[in-house]
Amino acid sequence: MFELLVVLIPLFPLTAVILNGLLGHRYSHEAAHKLAWGSVGLSFLCAIGVFADTVKSGGAAREVTVYQWIFGGDLTINLAFLIDPLTCIMLLVVTGVGFLIHVYSVGYMHGEEGFTRFFTYMNLFMVSMLLLVMGNNYAVLFIGWEGVGLCSYLLIGYYYDRVSAAKAATKAFVVNRIGDAGFLLAIFLVFVNFKTLDYTKVFAQVGSLAPETATAIALCLLIGAVGKSAQIPLYTWLPDAMEGPTPVSALIHAATMVTAGVYMIVRNHAIYDLSPVAMTTVAWVGGGTALFAATIGLVQTDIKRVLAYSTVSQLGYMFLGCGVGAYAAAVFHLMTHAFFKALLFLSAGSVIHALGGEQDIRKMGGLKSKIPWTHRLFLIGTLAIAGIFPLAGFWSKDEIMAHAFTHHHYALYAMAALGAFLTAFYMFRLTYLTFYGESRVDHHTAEHIHEAPPVMIGPLVVLAALSVVGGFPGVPPESGWFHHFLRPVAAAAGDTHEPSAGVVLTLMGVATVIALAGWGLAHYLYRARPGTADAWAARMPVAYGTLLNKYYVDEIYDALFVEPTKRLGVLLDWFDRTVIDGVVRTVGRLTETGSAVSTWFEKHVIYGVLNVIGYANHLAARSWRRLQSGMVHHYAAIIVAGLFILVHLLLLWWTGSSPIGIALR
Amino acid sequence: MVPLSAYVAVSAILFATGLIGVLIRRNFIIVLMAVEIMLNAANINLVAFSHYLESMAGQIIALFVIAIAAGEAAVGLAIIIVVFRGKISTNVDEMNLLKW
Repeated sequence: MFELLVVLIPLFPLTAVILNGLLGHRYSHEAAHKLAWGSVGLSFLCAIGVFADTVKSGGAAREVTVYQWIFGGDLTINLAFLIDPLTCIMLLVVTGVGFLIHVYSVGYMHGEEGFTRFFTYMNLFMVSMLLLVMGNNYAVLFIGWEGVGLCSYLLIGYYYDRVSAAKAATKAFVVNRIGDAGFLLAIFLVFVNFKTLDYTKVFAQVGSLAPETATAIALCLLIGAVGKSAQIPLYTWLPDAMEGPTPVSALIHAATMVTAGVYMIVRNHAIYDLSPVAMTTVAWVGGGTALFAATIGLVQTDIKRVLAYSTVSQLGYMFLGCGVGAYAAAVFHLMTHAFFKALLFLSAGSVIHALGGEQDIRKMGGLKSKIPWTHRLFLIGTLAIAGIFPLAGFWSKDEIMAHAFTHHHYALYAMAALGAFLTAFYMFRLTYLTFYGESRVDHHTAEHIHEAPPVMIGPLVVLAALSVVGGFPGVPPESGWFHHFLRPVAAAAGDTHEPSAGVVLTLMGVATVIALAGWGLAHYLYRARPGTADAWAARMPVAYGTLLNKYYVDEIYDALFVEPTKRLGVLLDWFDRTVIDGVVRTVGRLTETGSAVSTWFEKHVIYGVLNVIGYANHLAARSWRRLQSGMVHHYAAIIVAGLFILVHLLLLWWTGSSPIGIALR
Repeated sequence: MVPLSAYVAVSAILFATGLIGVLIRRNFIIVLMAVEIMLNAANINLVAFSHYLESMAGQIIALFVIAIAAGEAAVGLAIIIVVFRGKISTNVDEMNLLKW
């Protein structure tokens, strides 16, 4: 029963992919979308069953082998699933949030070109993501890893006739390749050192690993995680990925795929625990990204891009959590972030939908009364991400920061705290600019503003509820139900540190003050005194310009990597055309000349000799060939004559005389 | 009791008739018939000597010759029909394409 449920989880969306992908054009859009969200819904029910069974068994890790996939030499790879508490949490998040987003998409994508294609890709993404979180070895993880990358590419480029979308898709794919290369190296290193790719076997003998090797594996894994989870220095693809439809941004580029890197690090924490160097690197990459991306988010004007930088920043918090050893907290934040960021993205989608495709917050404002439901839901998301007590984001973010503080990473704590302040600020700035103040919507669009249909609002309400209560499984911090459940898989080795209640409460108070300060500043700049923000920006043109242009990182990457690569391509093209083609052409010409000489020789010398021989024969035979008259009588007469002669010769030989009187003697 | 020489004489006369027929007649069908006569002359010779030498070998060979003669007649007639279709003639002298 348990095995069946586990296998069914990825099988439902896979069936939908095959049916919708191959036959989707034959039946109606309605049938296609029902199949799509229905299959994910069934997966979600199976995931609940698996989760309940795991809770009942006390968080035991169980493996389900589907079949042996590759074997030979030392290598044996099974298509097998590992079900442990970490996988259960990921399963619930992926299928649950995925289901809600699928339902939302039915309303959002209504009437779009390629409706069935969209749902096919979405379901394919679900299959890949489920393989990623369920696999019991690195190979299955890698298949899922590449599969979600592919679906991300396909869905970013969903509007493939738009150049910017096509470019963004390519960028995401290429940047992810860099990370994947590191991930592959890590897998090779694991195999070389352990002769197996199964998690359980690897982690069982991880103690025998040399610290240098552990560091190498951990850092290579980190490269992969950095690419997939959009951390410094490979984060540039995620903001551009907003070219995809909004449900895609919510599902892939906020709630699930980008958290794969965090999942992978938590999954491999046994290796990270061996390497303080790698841990420090993870922590600083995360802390740096959290702060860096938050600063860019301060001034962006595209509603989805603000949310994208916010996602990068929040992923940074998760990395920071991993880096300081707060694995359970990182997963906790992953879960709450999936709730409130999906809520924010989908509400933003609802705003964009209401405004007929407008994404620029400078052309919004005053939408509170026009689309009240969307406003309320977006506000809940904002409160949750800003870390206002007692919503989900407060508990998870605070826990990561508190863990950093109590484990004496004060610099990282300071960065995270500053990041939290900026997060509260830019999220409330976004809310105020979108929903409050004077309407800056142009007259024509304003007439058509409408609230989203129930099929879109419904999932948002569920996500909003989760954003409110999603933090409670993790209360009290570090010893809530969530942490007990995850303890078998996510407890850092030898961490028996128990902070005092006073410290924890103080840190909570500080976090609340920080969040409220950010809110207050945003209120002052964008609500109480509109126009102040522009004045501040005008007073600091260099800082403002730098932020607005995202620290010119894209330009720097272009100049450092993209342009040289293109120039190298041009150079290689020239080399190919002149040198290699030149050699080929010279060889060709030589062959041509040689064959011309050979032809002349054959025509004049060899044919000459042959003709002389032939003509000589011809001359010699001229007088004799008349013998072949073609007349049967002539031949018969010759035969008879020959017969007579032979008989005569015989008689002559036997008897010495012949009937016609010729005597031999 | 007819002496052997008589059989040999009849055989020789028949053979000479056939040979002359093959050499001088122009009609392909007649030529074929002449060939048959020559074969039968040989048969008479074989059977006569078989009787004279009290050996069955001669008669067996005669049977083979009859079988071959039948086959030869069939193939020969088939060739005649094919040639006749093309040339509307059975004159052997006109069938002289296979030459120098």
